[in-house]
Amino acid sequence: MKEHKAMQENTQRSLWQEAWRRFRQNKMAMVGLAFISFLVLVSITTLLIDFFTDSSIYNEYVVKQDLFSRLKGPSPEHIFGQDEFGRDILLRMLWGARYSLFTGGLAIICALITGGILGALSGFYGGKTDTIIMRCMDVLLAIPSMLLATAIVAALGTSLWNVMIAIAIAYIPTFARTVRAAVLTVKDQDFIEAARAIGCGDSAIIFKYIIPNSLAPIIVQATLGLAGAILSIAGLSFLGLGIKPPTPEWGAMLSNARVYIRDAWHVTVIPGMGIMLTILSLNLMGDGLRDAMDPKLKK
Amino acid sequence: MTDLDKEILKVDHLKKYFSVPGGSLHAVDDISFTINKGETLGVVGESGCGKSTMGRAILRLHEPTSGCVIFDGKDVLALGKQDMKAIRRDMQIIFQDPFASLNPRMTVSEAIAAPLLVQKLYVKNDKEGIRKRVKEIMEMVGLANRLVNAYPHELDGGRRQRIGIARALALEPKFIVCDEPVSALDVSIQAQILNLMLDLQDQLGLTYMFITHDLSVVKYISNDILVMYLGQMVEKAPADKLFTKPLHPYTQALLSAIPVPDPDQAMNRISMKGELTSPVNPGIGCRFAKRCPYACPDCTAQDMVIKEAEEEHFVTCLRVQRGEI
Repeated sequence: MKEHKAMQENTQRSLWQEAWRRFRQNKMAMVGLAFISFLVLVSITTLLIDFFTDSSIYNEYVVKQDLFSRLKGPSPEHIFGQDEFGRDILLRMLWGARYSLFTGGLAIICALITGGILGALSGFYGGKTDTIIMRCMDVLLAIPSMLLATAIVAALGTSLWNVMIAIAIAYIPTFARTVRAAVLTVKDQDFIEAARAIGCGDSAIIFKYIIPNSLAPIIVQATLGLAGAILSIAGLSFLGLGIKPPTPEWGAMLSNARVYIRDAWHVTVIPGMGIMLTILSLNLMGDGLRDAMDPKLKK
Repeated sequence: MTDLDKEILKVDHLKKYFSVPGGSLHAVDDISFTINKGETLGVVGESGCGKSTMGRAILRLHEPTSGCVIFDGKDVLALGKQDMKAIRRDMQIIFQDPFASLNPRMTVSEAIAAPLLVQKLYVKNDKEGIRKRVKEIMEMVGLANRLVNAYPHELDGGRRQRIGIARALALEPKFIVCDEPVSALDVSIQAQILNLMLDLQDQLGLTYMFITHDLSVVKYISNDILVMYLGQMVEKAPADKLFTKPLHPYTQALLSAIPVPDPDQAMNRISMKGELTSPVNPGIGCRFAKRCPYACPDCTAQDMVIKEAEEEHFVTCLRVQRGEI
């Protein structure tokens, strides 16, 4: 029996494990993954610190102003320097990571679920359902996503939630189209008919046969979409439509600091670098995922 | 009546039209036949003549346009969703392409267990029972037990087709539509799979509807043979009768095209001239008339009627109707 088990473990190498093996070989993608994991870790740690210290560190160091040491450059006590109100930029960067990452992530998850369901319905049933859903998506797609998000935030009022909702809505058509295309390529294959022949219903076919087989392009799209969402959040904050001060959101930090760019380089460069590195990492990861999951590149 | 007891499937005036730009494509046009229990009906015809569509229409994988399918005394086309699901236990299908007909995300054991779970023959928690049954079925179709956790992409065509057969057998059906189950395989494996299917038919008393374009295969496996041309039945006869005395000009041409494995023997191939009738909005009359060496104006002036030329030998040809042959 023991031998039997060992053999089972040996042969069990799913397609996902195969994809992970190929992903690991891509060094740039692994660097991206490492940076994103680091950001996630930072966000969780700062959340936990806030939770256990009752936000005292947040109030004491992250938002409390020290006007005597405005715009001071990097020093041993403040490695990234101090901003226009004398707050430590390193701490603000660390505490700000969660807004970009979690708001962006949540927005993408909402967009993925809504867009995914709409796309799946439209691809699976085709005909009139398809036409109605996709024409609505086309209307949404015709408006530039940043403009749409700006309009929605302007209408709903500026708050973290509204930013998230705006970005989710702006990304729905992209996901609907991706999922629809993925479903269309899978749905006419013989194994779907084989599933029907053993008596599977529509929902079983969608969830057990179509979705697992069309997941690869959707995951890639979600990773790349997350980069876009984070950039949109930073952009909205930059325009003053996002998160309100003194919350240390990266885009808002960049926006508030830009008037001091001649006097102090670090106040804009550091949040800018933060945003850039995050987007770059996500894009590298997305590219790596696409290469890893595309069976055509399989060696 | 003993005849009715023997009869497992009766197809009556089955039609399947697809709407395409410019009209309707008559994929299956007015086909009627019966299959007896434990026997094999071979369905032959050229590519695109509607063989596969007919198989799928019988199983309602494509909803037929009209007609009647009586399986085991039940009118299949009148069944509701639940009854249809239940009857699928008794009628299964084996697909042509073993590379496309398996879900690439399911292991061998998951693929074979899927029909058992969908039809609720086992509950999901009964892991031991399912494992046992899967092992049993795998043994039956000659799959090594070590492959239980393999994925389809790790296996060759012959093994994949065995999985396809295993899935079809898992529900212990009475009737299986075999949709060109060997044409995607190479010749040495074709023989293995065919022998396996014949053995299983003996063991389990299965009834097959064997769709193929390979005439040597159909001769080997069938009791009766049905020849199709552009959606219509042109001839149906017991296998030996059809091969020794084909009556329809199309069947004659088809049989003359079988390669003979003897370089010295001259082949008397009947080569056909003329163009193919389009299956989109075909007019009345014989669809083979444009290519038929015996065609006369009457052939395209009236619809053909199926005629029993001799016992059990049905032909759709004007010459037979007139008693010329």
